[in-house]
Amino acid sequence: MSLTSVNRRPSVLDVVIDAAQRRVGRKRRPAARQFWDSTIGKKIVMAVTGAALLGFVFAHMVGNLKTFFGANDLNAYAHWLRTIGEPVLHYEWFLWIMRAGLVVAVVLHITATVQLVRRDHRARPVRYAHRRPVKATFAVHTMRWGGATLAVFIVWHILDLTVGQVNQDFVAGDPYHNLVADFRVWWVNVIYLVALAMLGLHIDHGFASAARTLGITSVTRERALKVVGRATAIVTTAGFAVVPIAVMTGLVR
Amino acid sequence: MKLTVRIWRQSGPQADGRLVSYAVDEVSPDMSFLEMLDVLNQDLIADGEEPVAFDHDCREGICGSCGVVINGQAHGPERTTSCQLHMRSFRDGDTIDVEPWRAKGFPVVKDLVVDRSALDRIVQAGGYITAPTGSAPDAHATPVPKPDADLAFDNATCIGCGACVAACPNGSAMLFTAAKVTHLSVLPQGQPERARRVLDMVETMDDEGFGGCTNTGECVASCPKGIPFASIATLNREFRKAARSR
Ligand code: HEM
Ligand code: SF4
Ligand code: FES
Repeated sequence: MSLTSVNRRPSVLDVVIDAAQRRVGRKRRPAARQFWDSTIGKKIVMAVTGAALLGFVFAHMVGNLKTFFGANDLNAYAHWLRTIGEPVLHYEWFLWIMRAGLVVAVVLHITATVQLVRRDHRARPVRYAHRRPVKATFAVHTMRWGGATLAVFIVWHILDLTVGQVNQDFVAGDPYHNLVADFRVWWVNVIYLVALAMLGLHIDHGFASAARTLGITSVTRERALKVVGRATAIVTTAGFAVVPIAVMTGLVR
Repeated sequence: MKLTVRIWRQSGPQADGRLVSYAVDEVSPDMSFLEMLDVLNQDLIADGEEPVAFDHDCREGICGSCGVVINGQAHGPERTTSCQLHMRSFRDGDTIDVEPWRAKGFPVVKDLVVDRSALDRIVQAGGYITAPTGSAPDAHATPVPKPDADLAFDNATCIGCGACVAACPNGSAMLFTAAKVTHLSVLPQGQPERARRVLDMVETMDDEGFGGCTNTGECVASCPKGIPFASIATLNREFRKAARSR
C-alpha cells in the first residue's frame, strides 16, 4: 500500500530550503503579534491574567472575613479601600485603577479562551463514535462552562453588592447591612454557593495549569504545585462561603 | 475467542465513512491486535471483500505507524502501541470499536490509515542540529551531564505515533512537539538553534491545525513511550524565553 505520508516525507533538501525561507524569505511578524497568534502565547496570557484575578479574589476573600468582627470593622475596611493611596491619589482612585486592571484581565482571559476553544473544536472536526477519557479530572470538564458561569456571576455580584440594583435592601456605604440582607434569602445563597463551587474548581485546575503554561512545573515540582493549587482552591472557596453560611445560621446578623 | 469488531470503513480521503460490524471467530488471546486484524482481512479476502486498510511496519512498538483508537482509547486499553497490544486484554464475546486517529492535522487516507505527515513537518521546522559532516566525533568530545542525557533520552523515545493528538480532546500536538523540543534543547549540540527551533516548531504545529493545550493530560495517559507531562512545561518555558529574546 502506498501512503501519502511516505511519499511526502521531507528530504534533506526540503529541510534546508525550509529553514532558509524561514530566515530570509518569509516576512517576520512583529514579536507581540507572533506571540498572540500562537496557541502557547495565548495560554501564557490566560495564565498571567488568571494569576492576577486569583490574587484579587484571594485578597477579596480575606477582606470579607472582616464580617466576623462586626459591622463597624467591615464598613471601616470598605471605606479604607477607597482611601488607599491618599493623599497622592484622590478618594476612590485606587479602586478605579484596580477595577480598570480587573476589566483588562477579564477581557484578555476570556478573549484568549474563546479563540482557543474555537480552534480546539476545529482541530477535531470528526468526533469519535466511542470515546473514553482516562485522565481528565472533573475540574477540567468545568473549566469552560464553569468559567462562563463565573462571568455571569461577576455581573450579578456587582449589580448586587457594589451597585445595589438587585440587592434585597441596598444601603450605599453599608456593605455589612447589604450582605446580611442578601444572605437571609435562600436563593441568593444558592447563587453564591454555586458560583463559589465553580470558582474552587476553576482555581483547582487553573493553578496547576497556569504553572505548566508558564513553565514553572517540572517533574520534581509537579506534585507540590498540584497540592498548593488545590489548597488555594479550598481555602478560597471556604473563606468566601463562611460568610453566607454564617448569615444563614444566624451567627452573623 | 469470538469477537465482534466494529471498524471505521472509508474508501478514500473524500469519501464518507461509517462503522461496519464484523464477526471474528478464531482469535487467540496470544495474538496481537494487528494479528487479529490480519485474521479478519484473510476472511474478507476469502469472501471477495475489500480488506481493512491499517498502517503498520515494525510490529514491535518502535516505528509508531500502527496507532488506532480502540474502544475510545488511543492504542487501546494498555499503555503500549496497537501492534504490541495483546488480545488477552479483551474477553471472549467482546465488541470492540476501532476508529482512526481523529484530528484536523491527520486526514484519513483510507479506513484506519491517516496521514501523519504533519508531524514530519513539525520536525522539519526545527528537529535538527547543525554539525560539521565528516567522520563521527569522539563519543566523549562533548561532555553531557548524566541527568541531561537521561532527560534527552526519555524524550527522544517518542516514536511520533500521534496517540497524544488522537487522545487529546483538543487534537493538540503539544506532547509530541514538547518531546522533540525538550530532547534537543537540553543537549549541548542543540544549543545553536535553541530559540529558533522552539518558535519554528510551535509555529508549524499551529499552522498544521492542531489545537491548543488545556493541560488535561489525556496525551500522557495514552503515550506508549511515557513521555512525561513535565515536557509540556519545558516546551512552554522554552517558548516563553525564546519569544522574549527574539
Ligand atoms: C460569599 C462570597 C462573596 C461576598 C460576601 C462578596 C462581597 C462583596 C462585596 C460586599 C463587594 C463590594 C465591595 C465594596 O463595595 O466595597 C464585592 C465586590 C466584588 N466582588 Fe465579591 N464577594 C464574594 C465573592 C466573590 C467572588 C467569588 C468573586 C470573583 C469571582 C467576587 C468578585 C468581586 C468583584 C469583581 C467585585 C467588584 C469590585 C469592585 O467594586 O470594583 N466576589 N464583593
Ligand atoms: S509523545 Fe508519545 S503519544 Fe505522542 S507521538 Fe510521541 S510517542 Fe506517540
Ligand atoms: S507497527 Fe511499529 S509501532 Fe506498531
